[in-house]
Amino acid sequence: MNRRLLLAAPFGVALLGGGAFYAMLRGLQTGSFDPRGVPSQLIGKPLPEFQLPGFSRADVLARKRPVIINFFASWCVPCVDEAPTLMALHQRGVPIWGIAYKDKPAATQGFLARHGNPFTNLASDEPGLVAIDWGVTGVPETYLIDAQGIVQWRFVGPLPDAAVDGLSKLVAS
Amino acid sequence: MIPELGHFALALAIAFALAQAVIPLWGAHRGDVRLMQAAPALALGQALALSVSFGCLIYASVMDDFTVLNVAENSHTLKPLLYKITGAWGSHEGSILFWCLILGLCGAAVALFSAPLPASLRARVLGVLALSAFGFELFTLIESNPFARIWPAPDNGRDMNPLLQDPGLAFHPPILYSGYVGMAIPFAFAIAALLEGRIDAAWGRWVRPWTLAAWCCLTGGIALGSWWSYYVLGWGGFWFWDPVENASLLPWLTATALLHSAIVVEKREALKIWTVLLAIGAFAFSLSGTFLVRSGILNSVHSFANDPARGVFILGLLGLLIGGSLLLFAIRAPLLGASGVFAAVSREGALVMNNILLCSITAVVLTGTMYPLFADLLLSQKISVGPPFYNATVLPLAAPVFVAMAVGPLMSWKRTALMPALLKLWWVALIAAIVGIVATFGMNALPALFMAAAAWMILGAFADIIERIRLFRIPLASSLSRLVSLPLQAFGTTLGHAGLGVTVAGIAGMSMAVQEVVLVKPGATVHLAGYDWTLQELHDAAGPNYNARVATIAVRRDGRLITTLAPERRAFTTQTMTTTEAKIHTNLTRDLYAVLGEERDGAAVLRLHDNTMAPLIWLGALVMAAGGACSLADRRLRVAAPKRAAKSDALLAGRT
Amino acid sequence: MMRAILLVLLLLARPAWAISDPAEALPDPAAEARAVEIGSQLRCLVCQNESIEDSGADLARDLRHIVREHVAKGETDAQITAWMVARYGDFVLLRPKVTWGTALLWASPVLALLVAGGLALGLRRRSPPAAPLSAEEQQRLARLMES
Repeated sequence: MNRRLLLAAPFGVALLGGGAFYAMLRGLQTGSFDPRGVPSQLIGKPLPEFQLPGFSRADVLARKRPVIINFFASWCVPCVDEAPTLMALHQRGVPIWGIAYKDKPAATQGFLARHGNPFTNLASDEPGLVAIDWGVTGVPETYLIDAQGIVQWRFVGPLPDAAVDGLSKLVAS
Repeated sequence: MIPELGHFALALAIAFALAQAVIPLWGAHRGDVRLMQAAPALALGQALALSVSFGCLIYASVMDDFTVLNVAENSHTLKPLLYKITGAWGSHEGSILFWCLILGLCGAAVALFSAPLPASLRARVLGVLALSAFGFELFTLIESNPFARIWPAPDNGRDMNPLLQDPGLAFHPPILYSGYVGMAIPFAFAIAALLEGRIDAAWGRWVRPWTLAAWCCLTGGIALGSWWSYYVLGWGGFWFWDPVENASLLPWLTATALLHSAIVVEKREALKIWTVLLAIGAFAFSLSGTFLVRSGILNSVHSFANDPARGVFILGLLGLLIGGSLLLFAIRAPLLGASGVFAAVSREGALVMNNILLCSITAVVLTGTMYPLFADLLLSQKISVGPPFYNATVLPLAAPVFVAMAVGPLMSWKRTALMPALLKLWWVALIAAIVGIVATFGMNALPALFMAAAAWMILGAFADIIERIRLFRIPLASSLSRLVSLPLQAFGTTLGHAGLGVTVAGIAGMSMAVQEVVLVKPGATVHLAGYDWTLQELHDAAGPNYNARVATIAVRRDGRLITTLAPERRAFTTQTMTTTEAKIHTNLTRDLYAVLGEERDGAAVLRLHDNTMAPLIWLGALVMAAGGACSLADRRLRVAAPKRAAKSDALLAGRT
Repeated sequence: MMRAILLVLLLLARPAWAISDPAEALPDPAAEARAVEIGSQLRCLVCQNESIEDSGADLARDLRHIVREHVAKGETDAQITAWMVARYGDFVLLRPKVTWGTALLWASPVLALLVAGGLALGLRRRSPPAAPLSAEEQQRLARLMES
C-alpha cells in the first residue's frame, strides 16, 4: 500500500500545482491575483506628515471631508488615459487634489491645459520624496482619504471609468 | 504566398505528428510490426514539414513582408540581415514554432539513430515524442499562428527590442531550446519504458547519450544567457536568481541528477523507478520553464496571459502531458521494481548521495521561485525571495556536492570502504587547503573556502585519471600507454567535474572584483586596480538602425598600452530606447570592463570594472559541456549495441 | 525561454542604467560599503527581482539616495530596513523575514534533505536481500567469461 501511495505522490503534487496555477491564471484575468502589485501600507492608517508647495497634510485634514488625492505627471503616458476619468469625477463634484510627481511646474501647467484640470488643489512633489513616504511606486496612483484623514483605499494605474460611480458615492456619503 | 505555404506546412506537420503518435503506439500495443515500422518515416516527414514551415517564416522576415503580423511587429527594413533571420525565433509566435521545429528534429534524430532498438520500444519512443509535438503544434496553429496576416500592411515594422539585437542573444535560444527540448527524448524513453512495463541496463545505456546531449546544450545555453546578461546589462552581474533563470536551472539540476542515476541503471540495474521519475521531471521542468514563465504568472507584464485563451490552453496542455505521464507512472512504475543491491558506501551509494543533494537543491530553488506566488494566492502575503535567500540556502547544499564530487568516481561499485578512496586524495586535500589559505589574503573567508573547494574539485577530477593510469607508480611510458587506452568517457567525467570546479573558482574570484563610477572629461585618467584608464575622446557614430555615442578608453599598466575599450550608448530610433554596450577586454583570468553612462557638461560618467577571474565562470561551463561531448564521443556510448549483448555486459558489470 | 528573458529585460530596460552618478556614493568608503550592503537586500519596486543597487530606475535611485542619507545619519541596518518596510511592506525585502508565513520557505532545505534522505534509506531497507546467482545465470556468466 505504502509503495503505491509513494509512487502516486508525484501525480498528486502535480495535480495540486496545476490547480494552483489555474487559480492564478483565472485570478490574473479577473484581476484578483496580481503578482507584481505592491500592496499599500497606508490603508487604515492616518495620512503621513507632508508639506509641499501647494498643500500640506494639515490642509487635507482641515477639510474634514473625504477627498481623493491623485499622483500624476506630465511625462506619464497612462496619466493621459486617465485624464477623462478624473474630469468626469470632477464634474460630479468629487474633490480631487493633485500631486505632480517629479514634474516641473511649467510642464504640469501645460499638461493640465491640454488634458483639462480636474484638481481642486494642486501640489508639486518635484523631488519625489513625499511620494516615497506614501509608498508610491509610479504614476498615476490614486488615494481615497476619509474625513478623519485615514487612508481608505488606493489604486495603482489609470482609474477605470467604472470607478467613477463608486467613488462619487463614497466621497458624497 | 510563401507565408501560406508555411502555414500549410505547419498543418501538414500536425497531420504527420498525429499519425506518428497513433499508428506506432497502436502497433506496439497490438504487436503489429508493420504499424510500428511506420514511425521513423513519419518522424522524418514531420521534421521536414516543420523545417519548411520555419523556413517560410525566415523568408517572410528577410523579405520584410509586413503583411505578416509577426514580421510587422518584430522587424524593420533597417534591421541588419542577421537579426532578421534570428528574429524569426525572437518573437513569441516564432519562438514557439522554433520550439516545435527542434522537437521535430529530435524526433528525426531518434528515428535515424534508433535502428538497433527493439521494434516496440522504438515505436513507443517515437510515438510519445509525436504525441507531445502534436500538442504544441496544435497550440501554434490555433493560438499563436506566426503566419497570421494583417491588412492593410503597415509601411514599416515596429522593430525588435534593441537588447535582442546582439550576436550573443541571437544564438542563445537555439542552444538553450535544444537543451530544453532534448529532454523530451529521455522523457519519451521513460514513458515508453512505463508502457512496456520493463526497464533494463540497455535502456539506461540508450537513454544516457540523449540525456547527455541535451544536458550539454542546456549547460551551454544557460552559460550563454548568463554571459549575455553579464555584458549586455552592463553592471557586471552574471546570475540574479531571477525566476526566469531559475526556470532554466531546474531542468539542468534534474538532468544532472538523471545523468548520474542513469549510470546506476546501466551498470547495476538499480534506481530504475527513480530514474524514470527524473526523466519525467526533467522534461516537466523544461516545459514549465518555457511556457509557464511566459504565462504571466511569473512575469506578469509582457505575457500572453493577457490573452486568456493562450494561458489556459498551455496550462491544459502541460496538465495533460505532465499529469498524464505522472499518472501513468503511478500506475505502471510498480512493475519496474526489483533493483540491484548495493551497500551505502559504494559508487552507487555516492551517486544516490549526489541525487539526494541535487534534488534537494532543485526543491529549494523551486520553492523559492514559487513561494511568493503561493504566499500571495493562499496567505495573501506579498513577499519577495531574492538572491540573499538563495545564497543562504543553496550554498550549504552545494558545498557537500562539491566535496563528494571528487570522492565518488574513486569508489568502486557495489561495496567499498571510504578510507582508501579518501587516502588517494591526500595530495588533493593538501593543495586545496594551501589554495584556501593563500586565497584568504585576497578575499573574505567564504569565497576563500569556495576557492579551496574549486581546487579540490578540479584536482580531484584528475585524481581519478591519475589513479587509473597509476602515474608515478609504474614507469611513465606504461602510464602514458594506459592514458591513451582509457575510454573517452573517463575524460568526460573528469572534464565535467573539473568544469564545475572552474566555474566555482570564477564565482569565488569575482568577490575580488573592483569597480568604480567616475565622472571624467576627455583626457582625464582614472587609476583603478593597478591600471590607468584614460578617456581619450567621445564621438558620435551611426549604426544601421541606431545612433551611438562612443567613448574611447585607453587602458595602460605601467605606461604600457593593454587595450583600448570603446563602450557605446546606442539610441534606437524605431523603438525609442537606449542601450548601453559594455566593452570587455579579457585575458581569461580577468576582465577589464567599461560602460559609458550619461554625459554632463562635456564630462562623461564611466563605470569601470576589473573583474578578477570572471571569465572562468563561463570557461568552466564550456569545459563541462566539452566533458559531456567527450563522453558522447565514446564508442561504448555511441554505438547502441544490440540488446542481448548489452544486457549480458551489464550482467557482467553488475555481478563480478 | 529567451522571450522570457527578454521580458525581464524589458522591465529592466531604462534609459539610465544602474550607472548614474559618482556623486551618489558616500565619501566614506566604509559607510558606502554598508549602504551597498543594505541596498542590495532591498528590492527595486518597479523592476523584476533587482535590488535598488542594481537598478537604473528613477525610484531605485531615490531609494539608494535615502539609504545613504540614513547611513550618514548613523542609523542601524535594522532601522533603515524598517523605514523601507513601513512604506513598501515586506515585498521590499529580498531576504524574506522568518515568520509563520515563510516558515516552509526557510525550512525547505532541511525538509528537502530529510525527505530525500528518508526516502533513500526507507526504500533501501525494503529492498530484498541479494539473490544468489541462479544456475542459469551462473552458466551464462561462465560462458561469457570464457568468450
